[in-house]
Amino acid sequence: MQPRDIAPHEILLPVKPAFIVFTLIAALMINLLPWSGLFLALKPDFVALAVLYWCIQQPRKVGFAAAWLMGLMMDVADGSLFGQHALAYSVLAFTGIVLHRRVQMFTMKDQVLHVIPILLLNDLVVLAVRTLAGADFPGFSYFVGSVIAGAMWPVLCFLLRLPQQPKSPQT
Amino acid sequence: MEHTPPPFFIRGPTPFVRLLLCSLLSVALLISDARYKYLDGVRQGVAIVVYPLQRLAGAPGAMLGRIGEFFVTQSALRTENARFSEQLLQNALTVQKYKALAAENAHLRDLLAARQRFPESTVVAEVLYTGRDPFTRKVIVDKGAQQDIKTGRPVIDQIGLIGQVTRVYPWLAEITLITDREQAVPVQNLRNGLRAVLGGTGNDGQLELKFIPLNADFQNGDELVTSGIDGVYPSGLPVAVVSGVERNAAYLFARITCKPVAGVASHGQVLILNREMKVPERPVEEEKPLRPKKSRRGS
Repeated sequence: MQPRDIAPHEILLPVKPAFIVFTLIAALMINLLPWSGLFLALKPDFVALAVLYWCIQQPRKVGFAAAWLMGLMMDVADGSLFGQHALAYSVLAFTGIVLHRRVQMFTMKDQVLHVIPILLLNDLVVLAVRTLAGADFPGFSYFVGSVIAGAMWPVLCFLLRLPQQPKSPQT
Repeated sequence: MEHTPPPFFIRGPTPFVRLLLCSLLSVALLISDARYKYLDGVRQGVAIVVYPLQRLAGAPGAMLGRIGEFFVTQSALRTENARFSEQLLQNALTVQKYKALAAENAHLRDLLAARQRFPESTVVAEVLYTGRDPFTRKVIVDKGAQQDIKTGRPVIDQIGLIGQVTRVYPWLAEITLITDREQAVPVQNLRNGLRAVLGGTGNDGQLELKFIPLNADFQNGDELVTSGIDGVYPSGLPVAVVSGVERNAAYLFARITCKPVAGVASHGQVLILNREMKVPERPVEEEKPLRPKKSRRGS
């Protein structure tokens, strides 16, 4: 029986560490853009998305240390409780690293179905921390950003793999 | 014979152990920040690292704005100019009256030997972005410790009070808006002088008067101004208008909702009042005579 829905495996060039650092900083900067109003409510967490991408694609290169440090930076930039994003991104890195073989096996559509729950878990950790610290539930729109982030996963995969495409042989 | 695996197989602790380590570190940070406020120095340090990134992220938008300003038509400028001079004339009348009243007030206060109101200096600050934390209502402005901003300073716009400076970084300051759930403003009803505490609800455009008895005289449309008894906000700044009064005998307190008068959620420029309030010292509490301890055991 022919197995169906298995992602075609391409052979890619090794990723450059500088490129990983660049994408993480770029994600942080997109998060730091002056978002407001509806855009702010619907904004996906780009840093979470970038950390998750690298944890799934390159678990040997990007791991807990990077995720945790990015979390600290987000906490300061947000002016939120110190350590809430660090905790959430650590959980994110853990799920990414544990599931990376599994997620890579699937086609893009099924990868999205993996990524959305992982990002929602990330939101839940932040929500749990803030609820313990005494905040109110901010409404279900809080989770919309993660669903949008999941929808952006194929685009992200395409863009971040561009520098790794092997050069086509000269004919 | 001793056999060690080649370095390729050495991967360090398992992901689960690493997760535990990171979580413990994060929880330690969380507790020391939320509970003991130990980490302000660390926060300042990381803020200095993040600051250039923030400015860089905002740069394209700011540049577009400047380019847009360059292409304003002359007619738009002329109408705006005409509107401003008209407004200036109208305001001049108020200012003249105010000057006379202020002089008279100072004179009367002299006669009564009452405390003079302190002159205020203000700093104009531009709002860089709204806080991204969905659990709080905050904005970040472009003036900070370098411009002598201190925590606790009231912040207003051209209509009324919008919030208070709650955290100061070297070049940025964080303003907690009055709509934040943790923010409370002591106010006074302009119509009858009743004092109350106005708290945020966490929703934009909604405030709530707290702990008001059912029979208190608050009506729809009442204007609330700061009462100035807290030593933080100067008295007389417009804050909110009562928009709904609900008296239900089943509850202890009336439910009074208000709308902020200032553009709390929509402003480009704000004014930070830099004033030193000299509050008289609190009276020393009298030593209470020690009561004999009740014995736990029943006699």
